[in-house]
Amino acid sequence: MRIVKGLPLVLPKNVDTDQILTAEYMKINPSTQSGREQLGRLAFCGLVQGNGGIIDLETGKSNYSVILAGENFGCGSSREHAPVALGAAGFKVVVSPSFARIFYRNCISTGELLPLEAPELDISEVTKNEDVTIDLEKMELYLSSAQKTLKLNPLGDVAGVVAAGGLFAFARQQGRI
Amino acid sequence: MKPMTITEKILATKAGKDFVQAGETHWCKIDRIFTHDPCSPGVIGIFNKEFGEDAPIFSKQNYIMIPDHFVYTTDDLANGNLVLMREFAKRKGVEHFYDVGTPDYKGVCHVAMVEGGHVRPNELMLGTDSHTVTAGAFGCFAIGVGNTDAAYALGTGEILLKVPQSIKVQIEGKMPDAVSAKDLILFLLGQLGVNGATYKTLEFCGSTLEAMGAEERMTLCNMATEAGAKSGIIAPNQASTDYLRALGLEPEEGLQADEGANYIQTIKIEASKMVPIVAKPNSPDHSARVTEVSGTKVNQVYLGSCTGGKLEDFRAFAAQVAGRKVQVPTFAVPATQSVFNDLIKEKIAGVSLYEILQAAGVLIAPNAGCAACCGGPKGTFGRVDTALTVVSTTNRNFPGRMGNKEARVFLTSAQTAAATALMGVITDPRNLN
Ligand code: SF4
Repeated sequence: MRIVKGLPLVLPKNVDTDQILTAEYMKINPSTQSGREQLGRLAFCGLVQGNGGIIDLETGKSNYSVILAGENFGCGSSREHAPVALGAAGFKVVVSPSFARIFYRNCISTGELLPLEAPELDISEVTKNEDVTIDLEKMELYLSSAQKTLKLNPLGDVAGVVAAGGLFAFARQQGRI
Repeated sequence: MKPMTITEKILATKAGKDFVQAGETHWCKIDRIFTHDPCSPGVIGIFNKEFGEDAPIFSKQNYIMIPDHFVYTTDDLANGNLVLMREFAKRKGVEHFYDVGTPDYKGVCHVAMVEGGHVRPNELMLGTDSHTVTAGAFGCFAIGVGNTDAAYALGTGEILLKVPQSIKVQIEGKMPDAVSAKDLILFLLGQLGVNGATYKTLEFCGSTLEAMGAEERMTLCNMATEAGAKSGIIAPNQASTDYLRALGLEPEEGLQADEGANYIQTIKIEASKMVPIVAKPNSPDHSARVTEVSGTKVNQVYLGSCTGGKLEDFRAFAAQVAGRKVQVPTFAVPATQSVFNDLIKEKIAGVSLYEILQAAGVLIAPNAGCAACCGGPKGTFGRVDTALTVVSTTNRNFPGRMGNKEARVFLTSAQTAAATALMGVITDPRNLN
């Protein structure tokens, strides 16, 4: 995956894990196939407007593959159900100026979706209904409507885990397990 | 050797090094880990898939299983999760499993960990819950992790950690009456915002902390996560050491930060100037003085959670409502069974805290646990099912957190919650005569 292109789901700042997946659904076991599917259907069920326009309830898949969000995405609880729900719904990448720590870590450890930091991302500049392009080699985000190219922060120490596809795969590569 | 913060010192020992500094990433050895009911099934599933069903866990004594979130419910999925926990605990010989419906049941994991003697200074502890940071009150570096990291640690006893930078929060002076640690942390959250400490440790210090009781210190560390912090930590004091001794532990001396240790920011708070604070809807950093919102009509008051359902909170609440009547439905949920038992044992002027609350018209949950702090399945005690205005001693007021998405939740201390319950409108406890 070098280039990711798609219609972005645009969200405000401080979208917390209760909005991504409401606490009551934490009773669903994310490590089973049926649990994963249920969680995918419930992705973003806690948004005040609901997830009707986001998830196709017939297929359980998202109408979007990319999320562009305001700062502090994924704040709140440590529930891994949240990134699993997003991954199961088909989201591939989430870009935000900053992420909540545990959510970020869970995205990387599970390999469910790729969290990318774009410090200069201002979601008010993003026009809905217009594709955005993410170049993972150059680490850039291109917003066609604003005619802007934004820098993405390098992955740093977690690059190895991302390349391996998750924590367990990384640890195996390293010969730790 | 260069000076280190408390966090750097603990992580250096866990990484097997003499020295580490913020920004480095290391594999660290953990001392303990717990999982609660909503996350245990996911952790077990990943453990079985990656290590195999017959693989041993890293330690039978130091993996603690704590059902607390969705317990004493008729919900099938939630009860199915408890069955999975029981099977795994039995198969692996887990020594500390505080199962529902048994005399071992404790309640909310963060308080249960302390009561069970599993929180100790200078240790590295993990939990599948963001408020695991509560254990920082005893000089323990404790962090919340997801299922995958937890499953990995359960199999290997290790975690890959980036050493966080530290923010020093120095609190000096004597706290006024009717002001508590909850007010301090809500005030601090107002300063920092919900991401003001992301990836960082909040290291609390100062004369106020030295004089503070163990449970109040827990309240402070508990909500460090609301500022995005990786952990909150305080070097042990006499009170926190005595608290652990009373549980039968002989805690080692807590590590202190070195002179000249590197902090990326220092925040100073003068405790004597503090006043009661609320977090307005819908975020824990929407701080205001209680006086700014006093008079706001409320429909429900909730006393409970790892933040505001400890014995100290019940004491403060009971002292306010003794001999009076609450004006709005008021729900009280002890964090743990031991808090529950203490309500019956402890007396003010010969009357038990339990009786005081009952006489005041407070509804007391039949069992300890998380209850409505995070909403829970329909029918959960105290759950906010409609668009009510609520005053709660819990730690989060994001939309829908306690059930209904349109509900407006104000977070306060137990004192402010009690004053509000008595008046039916948000009330500064200092103005209660
Ligand atoms: S009491 Fe609330 S905040 Fe504490 S662990 Fe339970 S749900 Fe989480």
